[in-house]
Amino acid sequence: MKIRNIIITLVSSIALLISASTISFAKVVGDKIILGAAVSLTGKYSSNGVHTQNGYNLAVERINSMGGVKVGGKTYKFEIIYYDDESNSGRAAQLAERLIQQDGVQFMLGPYSSGLTKAMAPVTEKYEIPMVEANGASRSLFTKGYKYLFAVLAPANLYLDVAIDLAVEKNGGKPVKIAMAFEQDAFSQDVRLGIVEAAKRTGSKIIIDDKLPKELNDMAATLSKVKATNPDVLVVSGHTKGALTAIRQISEMKVDVKMLAMTHCDAAKLSKQHGKASEYALCASQWHKSLSYKDKFFGGGMKYDADFTKAFGYAPPYQAAESSAALLVYKDAFERAQSFDTKKVRDALAATDMQTFYGNIKFAEGGQNVSKPMVLFQVSCNDDGSKCENKVVAPTKWASAELVHPIPSWSKR
Amino acid sequence: MDFLIFQAPILMVQASMDGILLGILFALIAYGMALQWGVMNIINIAQGELVIMGGYIAYFMYLSGIHPAFGVIVSPIIMYCVGWGMYKLVINKVVDKDLFTSILATFGISILAQQLMNFAFGADVVVAQSNFGTTMLFNDMVTLPNAKIFSGAVCVISAIILVIYMKKSKLGRAIRATAQNARAAKILGVDTEKVYAATFGINAALCGIAGACIAITFTLHPYTGLPYTVRSFMIVIIAGLGNLPAVAISGMGLGVFEEWSDYLLGTEFRIAAVFSLLVIILVYRRFKLARKREYLK
Repeated sequence: MKIRNIIITLVSSIALLISASTISFAKVVGDKIILGAAVSLTGKYSSNGVHTQNGYNLAVERINSMGGVKVGGKTYKFEIIYYDDESNSGRAAQLAERLIQQDGVQFMLGPYSSGLTKAMAPVTEKYEIPMVEANGASRSLFTKGYKYLFAVLAPANLYLDVAIDLAVEKNGGKPVKIAMAFEQDAFSQDVRLGIVEAAKRTGSKIIIDDKLPKELNDMAATLSKVKATNPDVLVVSGHTKGALTAIRQISEMKVDVKMLAMTHCDAAKLSKQHGKASEYALCASQWHKSLSYKDKFFGGGMKYDADFTKAFGYAPPYQAAESSAALLVYKDAFERAQSFDTKKVRDALAATDMQTFYGNIKFAEGGQNVSKPMVLFQVSCNDDGSKCENKVVAPTKWASAELVHPIPSWSKR
Repeated sequence: MDFLIFQAPILMVQASMDGILLGILFALIAYGMALQWGVMNIINIAQGELVIMGGYIAYFMYLSGIHPAFGVIVSPIIMYCVGWGMYKLVINKVVDKDLFTSILATFGISILAQQLMNFAFGADVVVAQSNFGTTMLFNDMVTLPNAKIFSGAVCVISAIILVIYMKKSKLGRAIRATAQNARAAKILGVDTEKVYAATFGINAALCGIAGACIAITFTLHPYTGLPYTVRSFMIVIIAGLGNLPAVAISGMGLGVFEEWSDYLLGTEFRIAAVFSLLVIILVYRRFKLARKREYLK
């Protein structure tokens, strides 16, 4: 019996030793730079989580195959350790802890959604680990004074204020009447703040200001109000559910409004699910394939679109494009820092000023990307609604089509 | 925003109609819940998930080219089997335990169902198109989607069929007997096990019908079942068990109240208003009951 006990102890201690030595990945192993990411592969964000992961993977593959990252005369390749955060912010924070503490990751990529990024940022900040994130746009991420958080995307309050400017412009420079409905979550409320500011700036009047409960999939009452007050522009933001509900009920209730601006059209596959009913909707997007930004890894937007479609079998939503851009930012920062010291890399990240296929990237004090404007595209369909396209209409610099304004009334559609 | 009621009074008709059509849908789900609660003393937390599951059946019919409206026929059949299987697998082990155990069990089922649906159907929000068009009333001011009218009609018809079935058929009588006194029913030769399974199946079938209606009127997502559970729970609490007219009235009443408060106060007060009404009703009822109790003394 005694001998058996001794053997068990011996074997288990050896096992422990071996496992302990394999657990501690370093940040850089051999010629590999290990990045850590927790993305939502299951749970309610899983479709966008997968877009995020695909975006990361495509960029890793592209950078590695095009010579990798050159630091100190040596060439390194990117590798990402993924965990599934189950779309749960508590889990995301745990995984950030795990990636840093157990896996020894020293450079992080962001998860999908503002909520999860918000959960992970305090952890990376505590360990002073840089995190380049591509899918957390909530303004509150950038007002907390985080030093190690960098977002390649434009903050949420800039999503739709372009639409208000556009409406004012179409109204002959005169203020407009705005109706808006926003879901009660951090992101949508930030978008709302942007509209409120734009309204103030242009002297426009907000006549309906509805806050949609999270669980709601009925906007009939809001739309009745729109019918009663006849605003110039209707703004809706409530993730994919909000976008789909809005289009469904606007078309069913035949609500005529001159301009309809929304978020998450792409993610909701709006034109595919609703066809012609979604026509003329204006959608905020971080990126569009027709934009003329260039870089040497992906070429331009069209090329990225083609490559991504070839690799994953579907056209890239902007969530994938911005995720790919995060890797380009890392590569650039490593090469400028010429070091793997987290502080030096952080400083290099802060000094980023580059152009990628996704847009110009330059971080403000708070870590948000301020040099890339949002674009608005308008859904445009052929006569029977079997094929719909997104055409960029604003800002004017990238517009590839003329804005249809006002939206034709339902009796004529 | 101020005094919308004077700006376009006709839109109160719109809000009321929307509320009634929404309420009928909720009432059907609530009736299933009340039935199950009354017969088996089980509060089904997975009710909303059954609804969403039924909705996905209609959605997949739509994807494969069949008109999703036929979902109201196919979906209850499939959902009956799902409910029956759920009873045989899990619920029959907790049916005679206390309420807490069965709530936990159905809560577990609800989480499992969410995850399985998410796994099987993906996390995208989806809709099925009925292309039913719109009915315009009052000089085009009131616009009612025909899909909603269709759903309302389907719900009313299925409720009527169910009531007749419960009154006339052998199984219906057995279900009612079991609800009154399970032990006595058993002594008199009712196979309560079978009755329970059938009740669970009928509830799931009702959810299936409602789900198919939701697929063509609202949106579907694996994680959006909970509001349906909560709402039907509320309706049952107000209406009491085994009282279909009361369930229908409280369902529609809540629907109308919800749409009105949304229309007049703003969407952010919508759910708050409904819950305040619930509190008021419960407090009122408590006073009424207290008075009755004094009588009995």
